[in-house]
Amino acid sequence: MRFVQNFPFFCILLTLICTVISSVLSGKKARMMTVFILGADWVLNAFTLADVLRTGESFAFRMGHFAAPWGNEIRVGVAEALAAQVLLTVILLAVLAGMKRSTVGVEKSKSALFCILCDLATLAMLALVYTNDLFTAYVFIEINTLAAAGLTMSRQNGRSLAGGARYLIMNLIGSSMFLLGVVLLYIITGQLLMVPLRETLATLDLNGQYRVPLLMALLLITLGLGMKSGLYPFEKWLPGAYPNALPTASALLSSVISKSYIFLLIKIYTRVIGFELVRQTGILNVILVMGCAGMIMGSVKAVRSRTTRMMTAYSSIAQIGYIYMALGLGNELGMLAALWHLLAHSMTKSLLFLSGSVLDEASGGTHQRRDLRGVFYRSPLAAVCFAVGGANLVGVPLLSVFITKVTMAEAAIACGGWRLALTLAAMVVSTLLNAAYFLGTASSFFSPREGMKEQRVKGSRLTTAALAVLLAVNVVFGLMSQTLLPILQTALQAIV
Amino acid sequence: MSDDSRSVLKQLLDRLTQEPLDRHMSEQETAEAGQDFYTYNAEEQRRYEAEHSEEQRVEGLLRRWNRSGGEKQARGLYKLLCTLIMLVFLAVMLYTVSFLPGFGSAEHPINNDVSRRYIEQGLQETGAVNIVTGMILDYRAFDTLGESTVLFTAAIVVLLLLRRDEESEKWSPLAAEAVRAPHSDNFYEPQHDSILQGSARILVPVILLFGVYIVLNGHLSPGGGFSGGAIMGAGLTLWAIAFGFDDIRRFFTYKTYQRVVLLSLLTYALSKCYSFYTGANHIESIIPLGTPGAILSSGLILVLNICVGFIVTCTMYCFYAMFRKGEL
Repeated sequence: MRFVQNFPFFCILLTLICTVISSVLSGKKARMMTVFILGADWVLNAFTLADVLRTGESFAFRMGHFAAPWGNEIRVGVAEALAAQVLLTVILLAVLAGMKRSTVGVEKSKSALFCILCDLATLAMLALVYTNDLFTAYVFIEINTLAAAGLTMSRQNGRSLAGGARYLIMNLIGSSMFLLGVVLLYIITGQLLMVPLRETLATLDLNGQYRVPLLMALLLITLGLGMKSGLYPFEKWLPGAYPNALPTASALLSSVISKSYIFLLIKIYTRVIGFELVRQTGILNVILVMGCAGMIMGSVKAVRSRTTRMMTAYSSIAQIGYIYMALGLGNELGMLAALWHLLAHSMTKSLLFLSGSVLDEASGGTHQRRDLRGVFYRSPLAAVCFAVGGANLVGVPLLSVFITKVTMAEAAIACGGWRLALTLAAMVVSTLLNAAYFLGTASSFFSPREGMKEQRVKGSRLTTAALAVLLAVNVVFGLMSQTLLPILQTALQAIV
Repeated sequence: MSDDSRSVLKQLLDRLTQEPLDRHMSEQETAEAGQDFYTYNAEEQRRYEAEHSEEQRVEGLLRRWNRSGGEKQARGLYKLLCTLIMLVFLAVMLYTVSFLPGFGSAEHPINNDVSRRYIEQGLQETGAVNIVTGMILDYRAFDTLGESTVLFTAAIVVLLLLRRDEESEKWSPLAAEAVRAPHSDNFYEPQHDSILQGSARILVPVILLFGVYIVLNGHLSPGGGFSGGAIMGAGLTLWAIAFGFDDIRRFFTYKTYQRVVLLSLLTYALSKCYSFYTGANHIESIIPLGTPGAILSSGLILVLNICVGFIVTCTMYCFYAMFRKGEL
């Protein structure tokens, strides 16, 4: 085993150890520690990514002295390393952008706790992306859920407490459903690690006695993770949680925490149950319909919302709907579109939440969408960030979501039949609605009002720099789609 | 409940439901945040007023709906739907269970290579007589490390939500009032319940000792860090109920809590770092397994059990103290 293959394990353990040390540090030092953890993870993971890209092979890393079906394992492949790299970039930039103001609204003696929760969310993300074991996945889902609930409630005002309580309850229902699904799988196979589980499932006589438990396990796992990531109609916790959290927390919740669940679901479909079998059960049709409904309902609610934060949160429901719809198409192209959109949306949504909060601040702490008229003259960079993020989600060519939509359309055409009709209709309606609210809002940023130019506000330099980098990352990700898409495609084929 | 405490509760509730101010903004920040960039023109003023009257209309509707028993009906409907959904779920799960292999039967799929090796070679490979402990702390130690981190996370979230913040008590008279109010636990300190104190004096040492025994014997007999830690946590809690927090603070403060959890989790993580690294890179581990059955045996398992025991004890007591008083 080469030394570089230890790096994902180093990332996970380093994050855990530094997080624990943070618990005795003061707020400022804990914040430094968070940046250190994220920086170190980013560099280590970059080495891993370069290594797996170079060799093109995935490997399993056993956690301890016992091999696969007995001990725990993590699996490192191109898909995992790439997803982890993108999500780590997003967390790092979100933490940096919110650095100066990240803990305003958190009681002073507790600002270290907020940073610890960010670290724990990073830890859970890494473990969920890399795990090769269903029970390890469940343990880190628990950590993710608790950390996310803490992040939601860290402001401790009425709305965020109510939103956080609802978040916690709905998410715990989702976790329990996932756990029940894992238990059913364990009963019919006696395995928890992904590869042996898959092998045992393949040898089971699936037309015989275990067909119903398998279907039920699949349903519970899909709906459980769907509920946790905001799949319509289980998304009722989302509009209360995202907009009322701190900007950094909203960015983490929408772009990292919910995305790691979807990545896990993709991994379970391909590595545990087998995509062919999933397709046969017809469960994909259910998530296809739910995804399409989410795309439209989320967009309708976003059009009607009055604040930018609410609008961004509801647009998350629509975008999560896109991911599930692409998964529900049930072919490899659909899966590719889902994975691509997962990464693209993760970057764009944190850009929107972070720049949206800067815009609100620059307009006198408003929350109303209409007060942002002419905000470009007060905070030019954030306005451009928001406009580009919005344009991206609408599907403007050259940017990343455009590639999603093209790939999705190709996948739908390959399916044909009612799926094609439903998908295209949902995509057209949702895109039109997206354009209505994002471009409508963004265009009002640039309409000048008298005396606006003198009222320019200077934000913190760190926030500006982080936003600029995030914007650049978004644009570059879109421009590099011709290179990245084939890489993801091979990675998806190798993940099986 | 006295009128006094009721009014404090009411104020607290009001505070919770209000649209909040961002706490701890310095004066300058508050001034910046409140800065008006432009005054509203007549058209905007009209729009705001229209919205305000709309809000009042909705509020009026809601009140009327409440008076006419609407809330009661809605609650009834909610309960009915909950029951229906749960019944359907129950039926579906029972139907699923009917397809599962019988509990304890020899052909059960869980009787495979995995559990066979745990049972047959567990003692030899991990050195632990209690194979459950051998399984969770050696074969699948990464999961258990995650579980300990779950406890750590839960404690962090509870501290974030419930720990008293002196700064905000200075800032908000209401928060300061809530600590001294009659319904607060601080009002009744110190405790003078002689029956409780007498029994606690006898019981607590026994409980703590029993907890220690279960933790230390985790690799030899049923038990281990999780169960022993829960027992020790219960002992600490009983002491706090009987003698009050001032008494327990003589040996267990927030600092103690922080340090014990830090040391335990660090020891756990670092020792597992070593064994994961050596395991994955096929390096022989230098930790001896000892004679199975002896108290000093089974390699790292004893150390890990002690760490888990400390983490569970501290977390249990922390939960109790936070929910009751908001401070350790």
